[in-house]
Amino acid sequence: MDDLLRIDDQLSDEQRLIRDTVKEFVADRILPDVADWFEEATFPVKELAPALGELGVLGMHLEGYGCAGLDAVSYGVACRELEAGDSGLRSFVSVQGSLAMFPIWKYGTDEQKEEWLPRMAAGDAIGCFGLTEPDHGSDPGGMRTHAKRDPSGDWILNGSKMWITNGSIADVAVVWAQTDEGVRGFVVPTDTPGFTAPEIHRKMSLRASVTSSLYFDDVRLPASAVLPGVKGLKGPLSCLSEARFGILWGVVGAARACLESAVDYSTSRTQFGKPIGAFQLTQEKLAWMAVGLGQSHLTALHLGQLKDAGTITPRQISFGKLANVRAALDIARQARSILGGNGITLEYPVIRHMNNLESVLTYEGTQEIHTLVLGEALTGLAAYR
Amino acid sequence: MNIVVCVKQVPDTATERKLRSDDKTLDRDAADGVINELCEYAVEEALLLKEAHGGEVTVLTMGPSKATDTIRKALAMGADKAVHLVDDALHGSDALSTSYAMAQTLKTIGFDVVILGSESTDARTGLLAAMLAERLGVPQLTQANKVDIDGTAIAIQRLTDYGHDKVEASLPAVVSVVEKINEPRYPSFKGIMAAKKKPVQTLGIAEAGIDASQVGLAGAWSEVVDFAAAPPRAAGTIVTDQGDGGTGAAEFLASKKFI
Repeated sequence: MDDLLRIDDQLSDEQRLIRDTVKEFVADRILPDVADWFEEATFPVKELAPALGELGVLGMHLEGYGCAGLDAVSYGVACRELEAGDSGLRSFVSVQGSLAMFPIWKYGTDEQKEEWLPRMAAGDAIGCFGLTEPDHGSDPGGMRTHAKRDPSGDWILNGSKMWITNGSIADVAVVWAQTDEGVRGFVVPTDTPGFTAPEIHRKMSLRASVTSSLYFDDVRLPASAVLPGVKGLKGPLSCLSEARFGILWGVVGAARACLESAVDYSTSRTQFGKPIGAFQLTQEKLAWMAVGLGQSHLTALHLGQLKDAGTITPRQISFGKLANVRAALDIARQARSILGGNGITLEYPVIRHMNNLESVLTYEGTQEIHTLVLGEALTGLAAYR
Repeated sequence: MNIVVCVKQVPDTATERKLRSDDKTLDRDAADGVINELCEYAVEEALLLKEAHGGEVTVLTMGPSKATDTIRKALAMGADKAVHLVDDALHGSDALSTSYAMAQTLKTIGFDVVILGSESTDARTGLLAAMLAERLGVPQLTQANKVDIDGTAIAIQRLTDYGHDKVEASLPAVVSVVEKINEPRYPSFKGIMAAKKKPVQTLGIAEAGIDASQVGLAGAWSEVVDFAAAPPRAAGTIVTDQGDGGTGAAEFLASKKFI
């Protein structure tokens, strides 16, 4: 399918090679099996994590410690191609790189970085990020998980987290907890006594992705477990800004995959003696899908350029996350309708992307919260406080 | 060991490929250029040989300026440096004149072993390895699915219908590889970033010691006289099974001399 706006002509030679490399990897290693993983609700982390590490995908936008140090647009293009495979794959990569490696890289001690980042970049160690709780999603400031110092100087961590991608397969969790000094981040090896991470089952979305609860029952951590570089909610929120940037690019890939599938189907499926793509009703759907895709793609590229210029703001990321996920979900739903009955089977990628995008709409800031961020940006009035 | 791997940029096989109406050469602007698939296996084998025996891998390509994309991919996979033979005078070279130009360049840059894919997806002549070896006066070890080097001894294995051939020679030599030989690696992101800093030497025909009269359309020994689009596939024969479907199928196969 032609890219009508030739947006990739804006990419550098290296960015195009990154695109082609990830695309090839996804075609070779993901697309042949992802429908089965989705159906079986599994993510083959042991095979994929080292392969993704070798490729350089994990922590690709960080400098040093075995990371490639890519620019923001390259990071976005890689996320786009990963999510054209499956949102679960991109989620794995986002969580590893932007939510688990990023805070260690940005706020950690040299010892924490040396211990974890090279192994995480290689895919030998898996990370997760504990912020959301059963009763505190959009309102993380109300978190109940807390850490207290005992007289020895150790931290004692108690509480629980929910909807944690990679939780049950993680070797290390970056956990945010209330302390006497406000919210602090802790680097928690998952084999620490008192840490458990049962998997959440019966999901109908992001099935090729591991989602878990985390429980901390008097988890004793040395003083060196705390991330010294940040205090307060700005710590976790800065990580979310990194990951949301990957999402607003990633969903462009999912949307493109849906449009491609719909175009293919509409030109081969015949009804009333002609391809259904020859009917004006279908063409209108396809045209608006292409418009939505192009607009979200341009938004992603623009925000990538702002991020590379170092001027991007959280509000701009909210704009992109809100606009692009909604556009992708609309495209997926339209594609589903064009594919008719075939649109609900895993023989085609559309229903898989559509169901995945329902999670992407909610996680990392719901569409409602991002709407209110924009509302506040426009009016100066914060509606959620 | 000085390993030179020859790579070629070809039009993407996933897109429609065209010849130009004016000089009947390949229309390189009509399709995206990609690295010829078998060349990736050649690059991989070159990298494996380097990893086993040390030395340096040099990528050599002959092609227009946009062939730098193909060089970049080979460098990102791990090759050390590249030589790009690019000159308008080379446009329209056939297999013989290409082998002359490549051989002259190889003499200029030097080599212990030259590795290339056994054919390209555009011209599909599969001739270059043999022609290069002849022009360079070194042994040819073609269609290899396994390569072993021990000092200056080189041995390859070639799969055949009846088993496999073992071909032995001494370096310097020219080797062509088939897709069974290895599994090409993906360029890593770090490799892509590192490739930016690797040296790429651009040579024109004069610098490579190439006689202009022996290359290009005028220097080619073969000529495309005419071409036409493949005819659309004819409608098939539909035999409705009225209890005699098996007979109908057998008669069809017999008419095509399959049975």
